[in-house]
Amino acid sequence: MNDILKPRDVKDLEQAVQWALAEGKTLEVVGHGTKRAIGRAAQWDVTLDLSGLSGVTLYEPEELVLSAKAGTPLAEIEALVAASKQQLAFEPMDYAVVLGTAAGAGTIGGALAANLSGPRRIKAGAARDHFLGVSAVSGRGETFKSGGRVVKNVTGYDLCKLLAGSWGTLAAMTDVTIKTLPHAETEETVLVLNLDDGTASKVMAAAMGSFGDVSAAAHLPAAVAVRIVETAAAQAAVTAFRLEGVAPSIVQRKSVLEKLLAPFGKLGALGEAPSRALWRAVRDVAPFAAAGAAGSRDLWRISTAPSHGTEVGRILVEEADAELLYDWAGGLVWAALPASNDARAPLVRATVAAADGHATLIRAPAAVRATVEVFAPEAPPLAALTMRVRQGFDPQRVLNAGRMWAGV
Amino acid sequence: MPVAMPQCDEAVLARRPAIVAALKRIVPGEGVIASEHAMRPYESDGLTAYRQLPMVVVLPETTEQVAAVLGFCHREGIKVVPRGAGTSLSGGALPLGDGVLLGMAKFNRIRDIDFDNRAAVVEPGVTNLAVTQAVEHAGFYYAPDPSSQLACTIGGNVAENSGGVHCLKYGMTTNNVLGCELVLMTGEIVRLGGKHLDAGGYDLLGIVTGSEGLLGVVTEVTVRILRKPECARAVLVGFTSSEDAGECVTEIISAGMIPAGMEMMDRPAIHFCEAFVHAGYPLDVEALLIVELDGPRAEVDHLIERVCEIATRCRSTTLKKSNSDAERELFWAGRKAAFGAVGRVSPDYYCMDGTIPRAKLPLVLARIRELSAKYGLRVANVFHAGDGNLHPLILYDANIPGELERTEEFGAEILKLCVEVGGVLTGEHGVGVEKRDLMPVMFSEADLNQQQRLKCAFDDKSLLNPGKVFPTLHRCAELGRVHVHAGRTAFPDIPRF
Repeated sequence: MNDILKPRDVKDLEQAVQWALAEGKTLEVVGHGTKRAIGRAAQWDVTLDLSGLSGVTLYEPEELVLSAKAGTPLAEIEALVAASKQQLAFEPMDYAVVLGTAAGAGTIGGALAANLSGPRRIKAGAARDHFLGVSAVSGRGETFKSGGRVVKNVTGYDLCKLLAGSWGTLAAMTDVTIKTLPHAETEETVLVLNLDDGTASKVMAAAMGSFGDVSAAAHLPAAVAVRIVETAAAQAAVTAFRLEGVAPSIVQRKSVLEKLLAPFGKLGALGEAPSRALWRAVRDVAPFAAAGAAGSRDLWRISTAPSHGTEVGRILVEEADAELLYDWAGGLVWAALPASNDARAPLVRATVAAADGHATLIRAPAAVRATVEVFAPEAPPLAALTMRVRQGFDPQRVLNAGRMWAGV
Repeated sequence: MPVAMPQCDEAVLARRPAIVAALKRIVPGEGVIASEHAMRPYESDGLTAYRQLPMVVVLPETTEQVAAVLGFCHREGIKVVPRGAGTSLSGGALPLGDGVLLGMAKFNRIRDIDFDNRAAVVEPGVTNLAVTQAVEHAGFYYAPDPSSQLACTIGGNVAENSGGVHCLKYGMTTNNVLGCELVLMTGEIVRLGGKHLDAGGYDLLGIVTGSEGLLGVVTEVTVRILRKPECARAVLVGFTSSEDAGECVTEIISAGMIPAGMEMMDRPAIHFCEAFVHAGYPLDVEALLIVELDGPRAEVDHLIERVCEIATRCRSTTLKKSNSDAERELFWAGRKAAFGAVGRVSPDYYCMDGTIPRAKLPLVLARIRELSAKYGLRVANVFHAGDGNLHPLILYDANIPGELERTEEFGAEILKLCVEVGGVLTGEHGVGVEKRDLMPVMFSEADLNQQQRLKCAFDDKSLLNPGKVFPTLHRCAELGRVHVHAGRTAFPDIPRF
């Protein structure tokens, strides 16, 4: 077990990084540690626990803005904004379900560092799109800030975008400011049953291009749907479309969608509560839960052009016996593959490369993650640029060294 | 020119004939412009108070030519300023006397329209409006709509992270770009993103967007296109105080609505616009608000009633709902003509661009009135009320000695005020040359140094658009040094477990 350093404030944190720099040590940066199992299985000398930097410092619902220390529990923030009928519109997923860790944990800093999102990604964006301002300590042991508390801001480089999805390899965030948005008054989900994957892809594209104003579109093949959709037709594949907004709007859009979808198959609908439950399950990839039937499978997260998703899926089913869940109108493919020594990485990478996109190995035993690249390898000029960016923030590679790529 | 640009490199200027000849070998035909007369149109962008002839203008047509030009300039130590349509209001495309001006106007083709993936792949010289025009036959559009959208190009939009009046609901350029092809100063070509969402590694696309041409030259852009909403309706609301108007905006958002657009004008702006366009604006109000809702008809009709109830509760004195697109467009006509309307009554005007927390608007407007009296210069304010982006238009006459300098001082005071109340120096026009020396008002030296280290990762010799954004240029080697506090490296006094 590593030593754990738990800074009480920014000064402590600066000191910790400066100490590591001087001593040539590496630090593992964690909030609640809910996503520690994601990334290459590297070794760090000391764990830097940021959960002590906690607390909401500003929340002005009418200005749609919230600031918090990076170690603030995400659940605390979600509860606070919910009390003002607001939400984090990027719908951050909870990796606990597929990783088998304690549900409902995680910090806002962790959510941003992993650029979390959910089914609403296709309409409202990811964490990056809601991340307005940051203060952080770089791997040089220096505090810097970027952005602000207003949504419209082009003053200097947008370092928030860079830190979102950098998995703690550039800087340890201390304070963050995010956009909050009103919660939809109600929601409903329209279902089409028994579509094959290829047809579902076309139907999702048609729905996304309609007046339906869909806020989530997912396709669950039959074997996967049965695990989370409790309807009479649960033996069938389910293609689901979420409508959110005010009631009169949903009535109109539902009829638009039903007219569009009726020629393709039998329709169904979910009212507010079952709709919420379904999209939470899709968000958290519940069909591939660590505790479920697919829990021992290796899990890939594949981001691709929406129309290519089902072709990627078809190859992974034929070549690797994959189980699949399609979100983002087909642009996000969760592929659960039977456990193997290499998580079938060569096949997955080659298939995804041909389809314009990238794949991340989200769940696999540490031994596999020690030998297989977890994040998509980059082509030489881009890999060199990535390395130089890293160098600019953390020249001695103190923070989460080797977590995203070997040597980075 | 009050803002000092980097010193001309005489050694580079001495080699000018050889440099021009080398560039002509890379971009044959009419693509290299070296005569003073022909370079004149490139001496300035939308910030016309600043002018400078470049050493030479190059208009490449292919990515390979861009890569070859940049690679050559990198080897030879020659500065490069990229330019789209030259509509920047902050001097982002202001040339350098010893630099190449790289005009991207010939990259004007739409390469791919992909409705299944709701994406369009375009060259950077395609205008913003042309993207919408290319997809509207199928009911789609490109959401960001800066007011220069007829002329400004997508490449410039990416460089400046352009906004428009619909940002609160639909985001800025950065929220609507999926990918790009980028040529680095070394001539290396990288692809960032694609038609998929999320980045696979670091979100470099998010950094390049809004980088003001300092990190690389974009040669292809993939943008997200959206289904055009079924309908849009607007409400025109007048108030006897900006406080009431501000309260109305706050109440609309607190009621859970995110209108497609919310624009506010102060009394001078209302009067200038009405005299010019005759949009039917009331002249007895202190603040005028245009609230536009879009979406399914049932939703718009439902929410517009809520907006009207809120406006009435907030003591509106005028309240008109649009009942046709023609009427809605008339509501907007005055606002959209605001700059022209001000141009009619003043020989020159200076358009500012700060963002403030919305609730601070009455305070900021009052302070601007005081400053207006202090400087003896009139000012009209238009305000993207939804997102807090304020555009004060300062009226001046450049022919009166000293008036431009007074105007710039007035403008700088407004921007400092924006930062003081919790806002930022620029909401959508960029830092460029114009606000470069104000950056320390918002950022510490450590903040700016960290930003410049990112610049060094893309451009190790600081050759791409130098003199913009950063008030002080540091050498990359100097910025790269790590200051290790050796000697007091005992395990720090921090709680450990």
